[in-house]
Amino acid sequence: MRLLAGRYRTLLTLGAILVVVAVLMWVLSPDRFLSGPNLQSMAYQIPILGLFSLAMAVAMITGGINLSIISSAIVSGVAGALLLKSLVHAGMGAFQMTAAVTAAILVILGISVIIGALNGLIIGYAKVPAVLGSLATMTMLQGLAIGITKGGAVSGFPEAFQFIGLGVVGGVPLAFVLFLLFAVLLSLLLNRTPWGFSIYMIGSNERATLYSGINNRAILLRTYVLSGLLSGVAATIMTSQFDSIKASYGSAYLLQSILVALLGGVSASGGQGTVSGVVIGILILQCFSSGFNILGFSTFLTTAIWGLMLILAMVVSFVRERSVQTPSIV
Amino acid sequence: MRIASILKRHELYLIVIIALLSVLITSINHHFATLENLLDMLKLSSFTGVLAVGVLVVLLSGGIDLSFTAIATVAMYLMGSYILTFGGNLLVAILIVAVTGIVLGAINGVIVHKLEIPAIIVTLGTLSIFYGALMVIAQGRDIYNLPQWFRDFAKLNLVSWRNVGGSTYGISIFLVIWAVVLAVTWALLRYASVGRGVFAIGGSPLAASRAGYRIGRIQLFVYCYIGMLSGIASMIHVGLVDQIAPHSIVGKELVVIAAVVLGGASLSGGKGSVLGTFLGVFLFAVIGNGLTLTRVTSYWQDAVTGIVLLLSILIAAFRERRREKSLVRVNVEEGKAKA
Amino acid sequence: MAENLVSLRHISKNYAGVKALDNVELIIRRAEIHALVGENGSGKSTLIKVLSGAVQPSEKAEIEIDNVRVRSNSCTESIRCGVAVIYQDLSLFPNLTVAENIAVNDQIEKRAVVVDWRDVQRVAATAIAQIGAKLDVHALVGDLSIADQQLVAICRALAQEAKLIVMDEPTSALTQREVELLFGVLRDLRSKGNSILFISHKMGEILSISDRVTILRDGMLVGTYNRDELDRRKLEFLMTQKQSVESRYAWNGDNRRTLLEVRGLSKRGNFRDVSLTLREGEIVGLIGPLGSGRTELALALFGLKPADSGEIVAAGIPRRIRTVKDAIQLGIGYVPEDRVQDGVILSKSIGRNISITILKKLLTFAFFLKEEERRKQVERWVTTLQIKCSSSEMPVQTLSGGNQQRVVLAKWLATDPKILILDSPTAGIDVGAKATILEIIRQLAEKGMAILLITDESSEAMSCNRVLIMKRGRIVEEVRCDATTEDEILEKVNA
Repeated sequence: MRLLAGRYRTLLTLGAILVVVAVLMWVLSPDRFLSGPNLQSMAYQIPILGLFSLAMAVAMITGGINLSIISSAIVSGVAGALLLKSLVHAGMGAFQMTAAVTAAILVILGISVIIGALNGLIIGYAKVPAVLGSLATMTMLQGLAIGITKGGAVSGFPEAFQFIGLGVVGGVPLAFVLFLLFAVLLSLLLNRTPWGFSIYMIGSNERATLYSGINNRAILLRTYVLSGLLSGVAATIMTSQFDSIKASYGSAYLLQSILVALLGGVSASGGQGTVSGVVIGILILQCFSSGFNILGFSTFLTTAIWGLMLILAMVVSFVRERSVQTPSIV
Repeated sequence: MRIASILKRHELYLIVIIALLSVLITSINHHFATLENLLDMLKLSSFTGVLAVGVLVVLLSGGIDLSFTAIATVAMYLMGSYILTFGGNLLVAILIVAVTGIVLGAINGVIVHKLEIPAIIVTLGTLSIFYGALMVIAQGRDIYNLPQWFRDFAKLNLVSWRNVGGSTYGISIFLVIWAVVLAVTWALLRYASVGRGVFAIGGSPLAASRAGYRIGRIQLFVYCYIGMLSGIASMIHVGLVDQIAPHSIVGKELVVIAAVVLGGASLSGGKGSVLGTFLGVFLFAVIGNGLTLTRVTSYWQDAVTGIVLLLSILIAAFRERRREKSLVRVNVEEGKAKA
Repeated sequence: MAENLVSLRHISKNYAGVKALDNVELIIRRAEIHALVGENGSGKSTLIKVLSGAVQPSEKAEIEIDNVRVRSNSCTESIRCGVAVIYQDLSLFPNLTVAENIAVNDQIEKRAVVVDWRDVQRVAATAIAQIGAKLDVHALVGDLSIADQQLVAICRALAQEAKLIVMDEPTSALTQREVELLFGVLRDLRSKGNSILFISHKMGEILSISDRVTILRDGMLVGTYNRDELDRRKLEFLMTQKQSVESRYAWNGDNRRTLLEVRGLSKRGNFRDVSLTLREGEIVGLIGPLGSGRTELALALFGLKPADSGEIVAAGIPRRIRTVKDAIQLGIGYVPEDRVQDGVILSKSIGRNISITILKKLLTFAFFLKEEERRKQVERWVTTLQIKCSSSEMPVQTLSGGNQQRVVLAKWLATDPKILILDSPTAGIDVGAKATILEIIRQLAEKGMAILLITDESSEAMSCNRVLIMKRGRIVEEVRCDATTEDEILEKVNA
């Protein structure tokens, strides 16, 4: 019984924090925070941050980190966007349109997967430390994005494509549904499959896991591919929602996704973290984000606050780890 | 002498690559191989170069700093605002940027040491805090009208020549500053106790604390040092671009870190050299200059930087693995086995 | 009073309600070699940390070093008082040179702002000369062999001109010859008036080098004895309150299949031309000095660091073992030397640690884990191996060393192996628990498993039916345990 409570304690604490934050934001802007338009706006924004956070979380649980999720999304988004624009022409039949949009989505996802594989090879096979490896791919991808777009935007997509990010299905935004779907799938993967099992073990102790017969390299490769895939879905939604894609988009999401992962119980050193925790973390951050927006905070002020929260989140995570540890006796 | 030969290996690779690239570029555009071009390249690299020296010291100690671009931005902004409001001279300008850098760096150092949070996350946070706070206060305005004495200073050369077209070129004052920073840092790392302390805590923090090194103090020193150098670098930047634009520096962190890593510094600490860092920055300068001279648009330069960084870490990783595999663990007895 | 160099009295230390030390006393005289012994959990590491200043004892403690009452101890304080500690991990700087490592404390003491490199070289050279070692002062410590690193650590302690040198398990990485050299140095230091505090679990060495011995058990002081008051049995008894019972293992070779045959296996820089056979039910010992290639051989057979050349024949069929997966498929399991780093994942539950090797066996729809099935397997092994825990959900780090080792055994037994390679399986485990582990091993062999037991202790080697002696990467001799004695084996290893 006690153990059960312990496992759910983190989630309960997070849930409590969520309620506190939501109430706080509501108190600060009573008319606007819990209003229909605001809730709807949050429902549209959560999927992008949410998918990026899941992409970051899954890499962090292995004990690594994926700093390239945003730039990966941009490059794949640009590629898909360019393809879409080149395929689409006036007077296209519905079937052809669907095919074009599907092709674009496949390209986005495909390139994300390839980038993920690159990261996985560098980090899993070449054994480059994750920070350095993903930093390097991030640098390269950023440069590629600027090179291809020359700093400009690719914009103006057909309605069929815009539907992904803006469409509503049964009263709920499609993007939100997609996010939940992937969250559930990821949770199943982490909790019920050997792959997920191995991810946690590698994150806790890579050597002992290797000595137990697990193929670490392959697991890491797969995991970074997964991370890439998730950021590819985020890219699709983002490009669709903004109806454009530009090299400078989304840079704020990097810090935020790390913040969300940490809030959600993912440990920077690896081996810990749950999808449920990350989801609540996303909701907490979104409350803050929307709340700040309503209160009229500038993007810069918000950025500064995220920075502060990042440090605070680490302090909390550190204190949490300290109190659970059994002190060594001899 | 053996240390020297081991060290030289990585730097040697860099020198060879630089030489090969130079030959290649010169064959396409022989303007590359002129003194004027060389001095110009070095002058333009001095901003990144000074930042890179700061990053080297942080990496050697086993830490990392992502906030140095924000520190540089705050420093130059404070300097600019002060000079325009109250007037001043060179000494005042240097003092302001240096002190700002030290203070902001100290914040990083204290948080990293006292709160025991990984430096990458702390500095990711302070990057946002410093930059965000500055932008909120400064409202993102640019500063254009720099005083004449500053502009004159920026044009200063140690030694000058005149070229065919009639314009002057020479060893810029910024290059001199960079050279001084390189020399001082080298001496610091080699001959100052605190410098050896940096290597020690980068090599083994546990051994360092047991030996009696004051880790907190050395870390504080390191983050203040990069802070100070970031401030000085920002002054170079202002001199080079002749304006203070708050968003012109932030975002370049990766390029600087890339150059330092290319120069042989290890992200886990304890390994790296001033010479290597200089060569790393110089190599990137050669690549950038080469791309320009061979008429590749500037839009692709960042991509090339990224690819070079990627290749260099892959090569470093492979070399490390080969070294590990060839480590002799057992002095095996040769000859025939006994029956 | 003046004849006492260090006196620690009324030392107690609590960790969250557990008494690591309870009113312990340790007195070290001048010009003495003093041994501190005790099993894991006896408190000896904590006591050393109190002495070195890394840990603060509770208030009633009285610490006196060299006639100076020390109020609040710290690492720097103790160094200043003349105490040099060589930790088991050596605490050297791998990225700095030998000279700099040796001179580091000296440099910090001098508080110089500028480094005088000539001074550094001089200090290093003096220390090296003192023990007559052959070290390249310019080499990076990280590139040296473990034995050389240990010598550097000793030189560093000497360079500190410490009056008391504390050495925590200093001989673990040394060959017999190097151990004798070291003991010569220690005796020499004693004659010059220095004292040595020597922590070890190797009874032979303790009895050979020390003047007096302090024994701890369960955080309490058992007593301090003169060397001549002790012999092996008495020492063991005082440490554990138990007598170990020697037992032989008899193997019946009738109708026993050969499970594994190795011919001419070689790996450059690791081992060469190794041939051995493992038959059903055998416990084959593999013994040799450190650096002889035993673990390297095990890692090759387990697929972690595959051999370059040679033949491996499993159940009559020639095989290649290139990956761990290959080895597991052939029914080979490996219990690593370093249990804490390589054997278990401390922060994860017992259940997870046990099931990690059999994930592929627990699948539905080829993708999902059968949770119930997994739990059943875990319970089965916890019961079979009698792992003492309140629940299999508890993290492994809450278990004692012996129980942790059972978890490692469990995870391999779950794979239904035919061959089990055990690398120093009783290292770091209490004498009492050691015997039980060996008993488990014996039972496994009796059920038909072939065991390769890599060990450091000649007494443990006697629990096998035959022993291979490995030196410098080659198997030099094979002896049957019913035809030899423990001392004979020890002699052959040290020859």
